[in-house]
Amino acid sequence: MRPLTYSRASAVADAVHAVTVDPESAYLAGGTTEIDLLRQDVLTPGRLVDINDLPLTGIEETRGALVIGALARMSDVAAAPAVRTRYPLLAQALEAGASAQLRHMATMGGNLLQRVRCGYFRDTESPCNKRRPGSGCGALTGVNRGHAVLGTSEHCIATHPSDAAVALTALDARVHTRTTAGHGAYHIDDFFLLPGDTPHREHPLEHGELITSIEIPDTPTARNSTYLKVRDRASYEFALVSVAATLQLEQGRISGVRLALGGVATKPWRARRAERLLLGAGADRRAFAEAAREELADAAPTPMNAFKVELAQRAVVRALESLA
Amino acid sequence: MTATAPTPVIGRPLPRVDGRPKTTGTARYSADVSLPGLTHAVLVGAAIARGRITAIDAADALDAPGVLAVLTHENLPRVTAQPPLLPSLAGGPSPGQTFCPMQDDRIHYAGQHIAVVVADTYERALYAARLVHVRYREEDPVAVLDQGRDQAYVPEKIFGGLLPGRSARGDVEAGLERAEVRVEATYTFAPNHQNPLETSSTTAMWEGGRLFLHDATQGPAATQHTVSVMLGIPHADIRVYSHYVGGSFGAKASTWDHPLLAALAARHVGRPVRLALTREQMFTSCGHREEQEHRIALGADRDGRLTALRHHKLSLTSHFDDWAETSLEAPAQVYACPAHEGVYRLVRGNTMTPTFMRCPGEGSGMFALESALDELATRLDIDPLELRLRNHADRDPASGKPWSSHGLRECYERGAERIGWDRRVAGRPEREGPWTIGLGMASAVYPIVPPSNPQRARARIYADGSAVAQAATAEFGTGAATAMAQVLADALGLPVERCRFEGGDTDLPNVASTVGSTGAAMVGSAVHLAAVALRDQLIGRAVADERSPLHGADPGAVVPVDGRMALRDDPGTGESYAELLTRHFQPDAEAYGSFGPPQGEPPAAMITLGAHFVEVAVDGELGRVRVRRMAGAFAPGRVLNARTAKGQLMSGMLWGMSQALLEATHMDAATGRWANPSLGDYLIPVHADTPEVTVDLIETADHVVNPLGVKGVGEIGQSGTAAAIANAIHHATGRRIRKLPMTVEDTL
Amino acid sequence: MTTQKPTATRPTDTGPLPVRGPGPVPVTLTVNGAEHRVDIEPRVSLLSALRDSLLLTGAKRGCDQGTCGACTVHVEGRRVLACLTLAIACEGRPITTVEGLADGDELHPMQREFIACDAFQCGYCTPGQIMSAVALLDEGHASDDDEIREWMSGNLCRCATYPHITAAIRAVRDTTSDPS
Repeated sequence: MRPLTYSRASAVADAVHAVTVDPESAYLAGGTTEIDLLRQDVLTPGRLVDINDLPLTGIEETRGALVIGALARMSDVAAAPAVRTRYPLLAQALEAGASAQLRHMATMGGNLLQRVRCGYFRDTESPCNKRRPGSGCGALTGVNRGHAVLGTSEHCIATHPSDAAVALTALDARVHTRTTAGHGAYHIDDFFLLPGDTPHREHPLEHGELITSIEIPDTPTARNSTYLKVRDRASYEFALVSVAATLQLEQGRISGVRLALGGVATKPWRARRAERLLLGAGADRRAFAEAAREELADAAPTPMNAFKVELAQRAVVRALESLA
Repeated sequence: MTATAPTPVIGRPLPRVDGRPKTTGTARYSADVSLPGLTHAVLVGAAIARGRITAIDAADALDAPGVLAVLTHENLPRVTAQPPLLPSLAGGPSPGQTFCPMQDDRIHYAGQHIAVVVADTYERALYAARLVHVRYREEDPVAVLDQGRDQAYVPEKIFGGLLPGRSARGDVEAGLERAEVRVEATYTFAPNHQNPLETSSTTAMWEGGRLFLHDATQGPAATQHTVSVMLGIPHADIRVYSHYVGGSFGAKASTWDHPLLAALAARHVGRPVRLALTREQMFTSCGHREEQEHRIALGADRDGRLTALRHHKLSLTSHFDDWAETSLEAPAQVYACPAHEGVYRLVRGNTMTPTFMRCPGEGSGMFALESALDELATRLDIDPLELRLRNHADRDPASGKPWSSHGLRECYERGAERIGWDRRVAGRPEREGPWTIGLGMASAVYPIVPPSNPQRARARIYADGSAVAQAATAEFGTGAATAMAQVLADALGLPVERCRFEGGDTDLPNVASTVGSTGAAMVGSAVHLAAVALRDQLIGRAVADERSPLHGADPGAVVPVDGRMALRDDPGTGESYAELLTRHFQPDAEAYGSFGPPQGEPPAAMITLGAHFVEVAVDGELGRVRVRRMAGAFAPGRVLNARTAKGQLMSGMLWGMSQALLEATHMDAATGRWANPSLGDYLIPVHADTPEVTVDLIETADHVVNPLGVKGVGEIGQSGTAAAIANAIHHATGRRIRKLPMTVEDTL
Repeated sequence: MTTQKPTATRPTDTGPLPVRGPGPVPVTLTVNGAEHRVDIEPRVSLLSALRDSLLLTGAKRGCDQGTCGACTVHVEGRRVLACLTLAIACEGRPITTVEGLADGDELHPMQREFIACDAFQCGYCTPGQIMSAVALLDEGHASDDDEIREWMSGNLCRCATYPHITAAIRAVRDTTSDPS
């Protein structure tokens, strides 16, 4: 880890100002990704502004939404009664992620900004267009069993690692930010950028723009929801494939459905094609399978991760069946 | 009246003696040692897998705050001599490979150590290591078997020259020819890394021309001898401590280059140096289980009796050593098969020399053999257990000798009962929701290696009646210190609370490294013989002493019991060790024990056996496999401590599960660099993967293996486990998986 | 959709924050109830500060990457990974390490049960396992074996003594939560 200077902020404005004016600086929240990647020399800021004292830890039910402070810890959000009853898929996704210790440390804002779990990104000796734009992508022809099959580009196929973000994507969450200029808000679909030819740009935030909260609109259908995660070991591992799903039925027909996929795409993947096919369809295995097939139709797998295309479809079917 | 035989302390499930230091955080491991003026060394690894260093620029590193030195091939002293490759079991110098880095500009494998950075704090050294700028002339590496398959060769010898590359008995061709059924299959294995939780670490200090090393090792003497030869300083001037070792699993079985580099760095900066490998460096610094491929051809008659077994292995080794883990020998002794052929073929690649990893060889060899037998059982429609019983080896098929002890039938019986084998119906698995339940079994085998040279220990009793046994062995989780106190207590007839074992220091009597499941047998025998010698010495003193109640007695009629020496037939007549010693103004007495190599050809063949029975649940739709129950039964001769022995066996079984379903180091074939060198990406089981595990001990009396009749428990738990799981998956799904690990895509 | 780029709502008028480092700075840590002043660079992890400055080597550096749990300690009563925590960020936040669990010679019940259940072999992961297990019971995630296993999964044990660790936790749970 390079030499660093350290400041601790107690007011949002102070923190935002400090980082905004210093291009070498970065926020420090839970640190679970950041400290690791600082030590790997993948991240190279010269100054950390510790924001853990900022009053952004609330979990508040407002009219029409649940607002989660950016510094609320994963464990606290997962345990919050409002989350558990109104958004079971989010509580499950949070608890399926990382470990108990990491969930106590990691913040919701940091979770959205966590970096990809790609060996070539971590390894500073390897080419990586995310880490060193233009240097190439080691994963394209390398070891890519865990990599993405959707939303990939010829410059990057790294999988977005978050579980919680998959659930939030299914829930149409909004990400609220602060800059020195004022406030911003992003629909979660716009918050995560596809790699395209700029894989180093993962989100639209400007330098110094601070996530302050995540707003989840009321989603009554989310009470019947699930987060299914498939991985090699039983816990403490990133997803090979995951599915966040909500389902509402009226007289045997699907009247509401939300689907998002994790572990298979370069960003948390809202399965809108599948949702369109499912709305109004019968809640049966065939409809589920057909929708899943359609969603994965454009998948671009490698020989090593081709199994994900089939696995993702089956996971969608399983998740929906468990809700039907 | 006759003294009732005291209840032996050996075998009792006593709690570990190191519980308090290990649960309170006060146990000091090699990187926990604090010395005045301690500095921190961090290694730099080569970015490329093959080529030469054309320039190395350490200026930025040297300018960084706190940096004391940067050593590279340009300024590191040359080693005096390179010892040959020899397993540390032999007791002498035992380098993990015959290539010593930082001697010239050549790069043979990625991660090869090319610089050592020393700084006053860990963080400063770690960062400065990134400031050493290196330029290379790169060549295309051979990093996986597929890149060098056409250059495979049969080595004359493997394993440090101790085993032939090709072995055969009987007529395999004829046996396969006359077989009524043949199974031919290829089994492939991903490379694996040991990854003990403690990374290899050495803290080095020079004082008065002597070198002191705190080294995480399975054999302190191995470090002492290897470093001594390479530095060209007398053995006597090096003292190695290894009081606590945070796991090894083979990573610390041989001496790699980091203790040497730590010693050289400490000499260079004139201060103590702590060199702890990073987790990533654990993938390129202490060997691994090599990528390999096994081809099995076996023949049998209609009743399933084997006629011939051909077992060929192809594996990747380094450019400097003919290393293959020994996959073919012990598996060839499990079944009564008249003809066997074992052939190793090697491909030289840009890798470090592979090395020991728990159950080194038997783990892979038995996966292939026990999977093939299951295939045979399926073909013949014979119950897999019945098939094995029909091929039971009543004598050693390799030597023709009787067994010193066996116990496999009893293991089958006990394990089958535990898992409920009789409910298994071939081709008809049970179902629970999305899960299909399968049962599988396999045999387990592990060789018994006699000592190559005398294994020594010292026993000392003090005038207050407390005793200590000493030998330079390391405690890395086996429970050796606990079991050795029990051995001492029984031989002296002392309460175990009065007995202590001390190891982890090369100034103590020399024993070979604790490898190959030999610790209990070798150190235990040496301690036993030392304690018996001490006891006999004191009994001899007593019967010769006019003031002793035992004066004039036949020494053979005197037995130790409850801290006393007493007549066997008149226990009231006797005295305590303390009384004898005190009367003679003697503060203590001590004796040595030496457990030597067997004299002449042993009369019987020695082997350790066991059986695995497992229940798996397979969710074929999502490719998920969960091991639900594992029942292992093992016949490890005599058990020194039932608790720690069962712990070792359980641990081995879970290692087998891990080998079966999780462990794989992925090589980037183009660059020759490991692609997943972290514990986040190299998967080992977590708590949630753990099934219900039962371990049964089938104790067998064995008067051949060693004075205590002890075999070993460190690795047999893993032998055959992966096959039992694969066989259970086959039972559940009808799908035969012939590769390790078996992952989601294989069962989807 | 509903995305808005940032728009001005109020002017910001804050002064610069004090900057510490990059060289060694005095940092006060409260560990096991005692205050310690150490001079460390801001980049120094809590794990390094505990081990190298305070010589509390119970927390282990198994990976330094947040993947093994061997460095688990409690900060403000919650189990966290000391390797991914900067020491300087812990000023004002009380820290408990495995060295602070026992009451003099009297072991913590979890330490006693780890010994009784043979819940360790090499012992390297043990301090982290114990710190995690103590927190697990406080968190109330030990209702059955499956829950224990899931919520202990952040602590790797390469010796694979997992079944015995579960047994130790169960034993402490059953003795301390006994309503009688």
